[in-house]
Amino acid sequence: MATVKIPPVLRPSVGGEKQVEADGASVGEVLRSLAAAHPQTQSQLFSADGELNRYVNVYLNDEDVRVLDGLETRVGEGDTLVILPAMAGGR
Amino acid sequence: MSPSGAELLRKIKSQIREVDPAVVHEQLGNGVVLVDVRENEEFSVGHIPGARHVPRAYLESRIEGVVPDRDAHIVLYCASGNRSAYAARTLSEDLGYRNVESMTGGITLWKDRGYEVVVPRTLTPEQRDRYSRHLLLPEVGMEGQLKLLDARVLLLGAGGLGAPTALYLAAAGVGTLGIVDNDTVDLSNLQRQVIHAQSRVGERKVDSAEATIADLNSDVRVVKYPVRIDASNIMEIIEGYDVIVDGLDNFPTRYLLNDASVRLRIPVVSASILGFDGQLSVFKPYEGPCYRCLYPVPPPAELAPSCGANGVLGVLPGTMGLLQATEVIKLIVGIGEPLIGRLLLYEALSATFTELKVRRDPECPICSRDPDSISDEEMGVFPDYEAFCAAAG
Repeated sequence: MATVKIPPVLRPSVGGEKQVEADGASVGEVLRSLAAAHPQTQSQLFSADGELNRYVNVYLNDEDVRVLDGLETRVGEGDTLVILPAMAGGR
Repeated sequence: MSPSGAELLRKIKSQIREVDPAVVHEQLGNGVVLVDVRENEEFSVGHIPGARHVPRAYLESRIEGVVPDRDAHIVLYCASGNRSAYAARTLSEDLGYRNVESMTGGITLWKDRGYEVVVPRTLTPEQRDRYSRHLLLPEVGMEGQLKLLDARVLLLGAGGLGAPTALYLAAAGVGTLGIVDNDTVDLSNLQRQVIHAQSRVGERKVDSAEATIADLNSDVRVVKYPVRIDASNIMEIIEGYDVIVDGLDNFPTRYLLNDASVRLRIPVVSASILGFDGQLSVFKPYEGPCYRCLYPVPPPAELAPSCGANGVLGVLPGTMGLLQATEVIKLIVGIGEPLIGRLLLYEALSATFTELKVRRDPECPICSRDPDSISDEEMGVFPDYEAFCAAAG
């Protein structure tokens, strides 16, 4: 069971939660079980071919999964995934 | 009977070695350590190039910090050669320096011979008072404060983030503040944009910000750009600035700014805010990742609430803007570890900070290349976002 931190723009899709727990041994599995539990996040996280959308950054603890093994990166008990889309507000 | 002052001086001079300014002039740069023992005010109006300054009153306590080597060749000077004679005796007799000389005739004779004198830059008495809390910090000090006064910082936006950043940078004595904003002050801005005022609703934000800054610190020159930044004017506006503060409210301009700042190698202190959440990072071209390394493509409109008006806790841009101001000052003064290659997330409601690593992308379409190869046409290029936003209403 890993903890997934949800950014403000995705919170409406997970019932307003800031973080949720999700099962899975890899980053891909954790995110797919998140999408299974909260179907609205499916299209926000994944493209039609099942890849992670390029505008979504995912970090395992503090490291970008793009420099690890992407969706194949192993996730251990107690690890935290941070989902991070870009924000542009300055006003 | 006690000797008179003149007799004592003669006696001291007979016990030390004196050297003529002509000899010192020849030896400059040959390993000789020149030490000016006059008072602060005397030193600040002109001294011999390369001279170290240790006022005679602090000689015993400070000379080791300046010249630790007891065998160093030291030449002391003052105004006319008397105080340096006493100082030479102190160094030789009391502190064990073995190669000390006093320059005959002091800086007065040096100048009479036509040799060069430098006038160091310094602060006015009023500035010493104004910036005294900076001067007390060894990490900033006189040198750091002069760097701040010489610095040119460009603020993109005098809004939520730009307002607090500009206020504190002005207070800190950043000498030139450029402000880009084509908006006017609205009553709904005042919940967070603290540089503006109720009495200036309806005025241009650049004018309103300038008025507050002028009242806060007359050392600061404000350069106003009441325009919307775009591909046609960005290079001209940002060129020559030392640091850029990104408080922009939309993706197209953030990408454009990134590409232009990489091209000109100008560091950008970037923050963004939404609701109760903030993000902060420093993009220093070629030393760390750029904005495109972090966010290769912008999110679609439904996940980019920056397109329309959204709620924000009034204090939040203050928190994030002041973190930006702190990073700006660190970059200018050259202290600490700037937030390069790191992204700081702040969640106000839970009062937590999270730090994430940001790596340079070896295939970044912009910063993996030679900056001179980036063309005007390529800057800020990505899917047509303004059309997206318009469609999203």
